[in-house]
Amino acid sequence: MKLSSKWMQLAALAVLVAVLPLFFPSGYYYRVGALIFVNGLAVTGLVILIGYAGQISLGHAGFAGIGGYACALAPAHLGLPPSLSILLGAVISALLAMLIGKPILRLRGYYLAVATLGFGILVSMVLTNERALTGGPDGMAVQGLALRKILRGWGWKLTSGEFWYILSALAMLVGVWIALNLFQSATGRAMRALHGSEVAARTVGIDVARLKLQAFVISAVYASVAGSLLALQNQFVTPDIAGFMHSIEMVTMAVLGGVGSVLGAVTGSAILTLLPQVLTVFAEYEQLVLGLVMILVMIFLPRGLLPSIAAKLKGRGE
Amino acid sequence: MSLLEVSGLGIGFGGLRAVDNVGFSAQPGEIVSIIGPNGAGKTTLFNMISGVYLPDSGHVRLDGKDVTAAEPHRLARMGLTRTFQNLQIFQEMTVLENVIVGFHQSESGSLIADLLALPAARRRAQAARAQAQELLKRVRLDKAAEELAGNLSYGALKRLEIARALAMQPRVLLLDEPAAGCNAVETEEIDHLIAELAKSGIAILLVEHDMKMVMRISNHIVVLDHGEKIAEGSPESVSKNPAVIAAYLGAGDEESVDADS
Repeated sequence: MKLSSKWMQLAALAVLVAVLPLFFPSGYYYRVGALIFVNGLAVTGLVILIGYAGQISLGHAGFAGIGGYACALAPAHLGLPPSLSILLGAVISALLAMLIGKPILRLRGYYLAVATLGFGILVSMVLTNERALTGGPDGMAVQGLALRKILRGWGWKLTSGEFWYILSALAMLVGVWIALNLFQSATGRAMRALHGSEVAARTVGIDVARLKLQAFVISAVYASVAGSLLALQNQFVTPDIAGFMHSIEMVTMAVLGGVGSVLGAVTGSAILTLLPQVLTVFAEYEQLVLGLVMILVMIFLPRGLLPSIAAKLKGRGE
Repeated sequence: MSLLEVSGLGIGFGGLRAVDNVGFSAQPGEIVSIIGPNGAGKTTLFNMISGVYLPDSGHVRLDGKDVTAAEPHRLARMGLTRTFQNLQIFQEMTVLENVIVGFHQSESGSLIADLLALPAARRRAQAARAQAQELLKRVRLDKAAEELAGNLSYGALKRLEIARALAMQPRVLLLDEPAAGCNAVETEEIDHLIAELAKSGIAILLVEHDMKMVMRISNHIVVLDHGEKIAEGSPESVSKNPAVIAAYLGAGDEESVDADS
């Protein structure tokens, strides 16, 4: 029963991704879609960290920054193709997450939030200040992926928007698949257990420190890959990618959509990516309305959009 | 050599000796109860044996091996686990999942296999699931398997906690007030369950306020007062011990040794 629920969630998401373009009024929406999926990927990683393991991070944009700049720097300085640069960024992010995760994951709650915040700020400061390498606040150009040219060679002509729509969607679907696998696995269950009660988790033989670190590293890799994809599709990257606002945005997406649920995270990414586009009709009141929507959701659907709505529907069904 | 041997165990908080120089031992299949007035140090003693607190004197030995400073998850892997006086249940997980978590050591394998749902990981998960269902039958919670644990009654949660502990196939099981807050029927169920577990060869350490239950099922009783062991022996000898009676009555506590709680 649980197994089929995983495939149903994935299938629903895949169908949605495939059908949506039929309703696109212009090619511009492919770009919006791609942005939603990239955000969705990063936020899915945060669901593993926050929703499964119960650990907060306000610095995950730092890993997105590492992923993004890996795709800018590695091709220019190491001659690495962009596709391998994604991998390099992910490996560096994972190693860094392991290194800083060990000491800071001993902290809890607010203290952990502040420590991760510090990490994010540190990364964005390095990216801003190392002008010689990173171009400073002006950012730097990023090479495109060779894959699109290869596809064209095979006679599959895609616009840049279409190409990135498909690639980001695939990346997100793989990310969602992995997160759903984890949810039902021994490791995921142990993460959720330590979220519920660390004391009890210890008494059943769970190495709490190790599992927190695993969740942290996995979510760092998600953020890093998302950052890489963002830089590659924009063909440009600035230190903002690692900035405080980006970290907050990711956590907000996760919480708004429902931090315990992977599909909720994707929903949250979609809404927070789309809303600013829709709310432009409110002109200068855009931010005001956006804030209002978020406050209302948190008051009336405190567990996040998707879980709260699902609970309400279930309650009515019985 | 005893399965579990506690000797000279003590811990102080600030100037207060919460537990001082307590020792006893337990054999496989034996039910050892630790009793004493409120504040005698029973739970503190449990916390030291199970690795939650680090004692500042004395030793805990499991199979003759010194495990005094071992962390709870290491002790759990060596076969010593516990339940809690104030329930420690994973509220947001289903009843079945709560027990499956108990199989963590036997179930967990490589992280990559879990992330990619490789057949090996699925097989392990399925095996743990089947075993967990068996355990739920044993504590008669099999009908509630798919419910969220947070929705269960207090007595049912107590049994769920025991089922989760059993999933680890412990050799030593510490039960901290397993019948507290349970009605007469639930208490009797837990009573039977404990006797059954002991029969299967698990050494049981019990802290319980229900004196009827303690007197009925214990093989051996250790009496604490103000953190010190004041008596030890069979239920009969302990209940007649003048020091024990004085401790219970003298503490101004309404419970007496052979009255119900």
